[in-house]
Amino acid sequence: MSGNSKIIIKDVNLHFGKQHVLKNVTANIPEKQITVILGPSGCGKTTLLKTMNRLTDLYPNVKIKGSIHIGDDDVLNTKKDITEIRRHMGLLSQRPYPLPMNIFNNVAYGLRISGRKSKKYLKPRVQHYLQMANLWEEVKDRLTDPASSLSIGQQQRLCLARGLSVDPDIILADEPTSALDPLSSEVIENKFIELKSQYTIVMVTHSLQQARRIADYVIFMYLGEIVEQGPAEEFFNNPKQELTKKYIKGLFN
Amino acid sequence: MKKSKLRNAEELFFRSIMILSSSVIGFALILILWSIVKRGFPALSWEMITQTPKGGFYFGKEGGIANAIVGSLYLASGATLLAMVIGIPVSLYMNVNLHKRQKLVNTIRFLLDVMWGIPSIVYGAFGFTIMIYFGMHSSLLAGILTVTLFIIPIMIRSIDEVLISVPKGLMEASYSLGSTQSETSYKVFLKQCISGVTTAVLLSFGRAIGDAASVLFTTGYTDHMPTSLMQPTATLPLAIFFQMSSPIAEVKERAYASALILTFIILLISIIARIISIRYQKHKIKI
Repeated sequence: MSGNSKIIIKDVNLHFGKQHVLKNVTANIPEKQITVILGPSGCGKTTLLKTMNRLTDLYPNVKIKGSIHIGDDDVLNTKKDITEIRRHMGLLSQRPYPLPMNIFNNVAYGLRISGRKSKKYLKPRVQHYLQMANLWEEVKDRLTDPASSLSIGQQQRLCLARGLSVDPDIILADEPTSALDPLSSEVIENKFIELKSQYTIVMVTHSLQQARRIADYVIFMYLGEIVEQGPAEEFFNNPKQELTKKYIKGLFN
Repeated sequence: MKKSKLRNAEELFFRSIMILSSSVIGFALILILWSIVKRGFPALSWEMITQTPKGGFYFGKEGGIANAIVGSLYLASGATLLAMVIGIPVSLYMNVNLHKRQKLVNTIRFLLDVMWGIPSIVYGAFGFTIMIYFGMHSSLLAGILTVTLFIIPIMIRSIDEVLISVPKGLMEASYSLGSTQSETSYKVFLKQCISGVTTAVLLSFGRAIGDAASVLFTTGYTDHMPTSLMQPTATLPLAIFFQMSSPIAEVKERAYASALILTFIILLISIIARIISIRYQKHKIKI
């Protein structure tokens, strides 16, 4: 394993009211690789992902302790504007949520809110990001159609293009293929593999197969705790914990 | 076997109830419209909608209710506009900025519902007291302010009900692109809900233009065209009321014609709102 750590998570504890969701989570997420957070449903993996860009702020009764360093900044205790920090992280959610506007504006939205509004500036960039997400060919003649008119697989790629448009260096993906058909899933997976040379990708999944296919680094969580983490090869071929062995063999529920 | 028979009977029973109640509603609506059209249409004339009341108008002679039509439009548009300016930000604030404080928001909702339930005559009386305190006469402005007060809870709660249905994922998507709360409110939430907001605005306009009690003391009545915010102004509901209470048959018929005009205005506004909402609906993200 080479490279530096992009995101350094240290002793993160998160409570939803009385429920202890994340317990002493400590992990280093390597730069420009695909890190997969793996685990059965309800183990806190999505919550961990949402702590990284502080979407947990949107939930009532959340208490977080610990630190998440991205660069020099501690996201959890930062004095910086949180919207600025979120701009450095693209998000793909379980099912795509395009914005209620047309296809072009969906990609242009992020650029516009950061103050770049001229059509001349936007046009080539929208095309660029749509191409990056493998969507340009399908939508180039219908850029003014509502985003909701796209198929769900296309919508997810639109969300990817939209996420890339704000020029993040991290992509957070929360089971981005769980609502998609196998073909669309494959497109997204391949895209991730392509993108990892430029971006640090953190993906949550409950699919062992998917993790095997694309992970460089694996974090395995169970009931709010990290059971084991390490480079994918080591993790799958030579797991250290009993729990991990059982999970990889499919002996879990 | 027996059980399925019972279930079928149950199905039939509830379906009959639903069909019956729907027909009652439909029938009532048709009956109301028909009685207005039947009695109002013969009395309707070009004069009626283009002229102000002349000398003998209240004895069944020449003149019309143009002043009341214009007055009502001014009043309802003014009040709806003001209520929008207040209602849209408030409902967005409740759903976006106060998203985490559900207890507070639910309290606000409860209070607004209480305000919705207060009869309009109480708003009228309240407006009247305030007017007296400031030494104002009944005027268009006083009417607009009172009606605004009266439709604000309607506006906020109807927009609020639409905003509640915005999926959380859309909110997260917006924030994750680095949107601020106001960008999330006005560029995402409002766009997603534009058709619902249009309906809410229309509903409020309908209440504003159709209410007689709240304008009775505050706006007053006059036979002149409204020319100033500070002058008393005629409104359609009061025009209907005054004509209806006349003993002269011709004037009574004109009350129905006035009601027809009022109904027509509301119908027109509904259609316009429908068209607008359909046009913007297409961008709505369906779940």
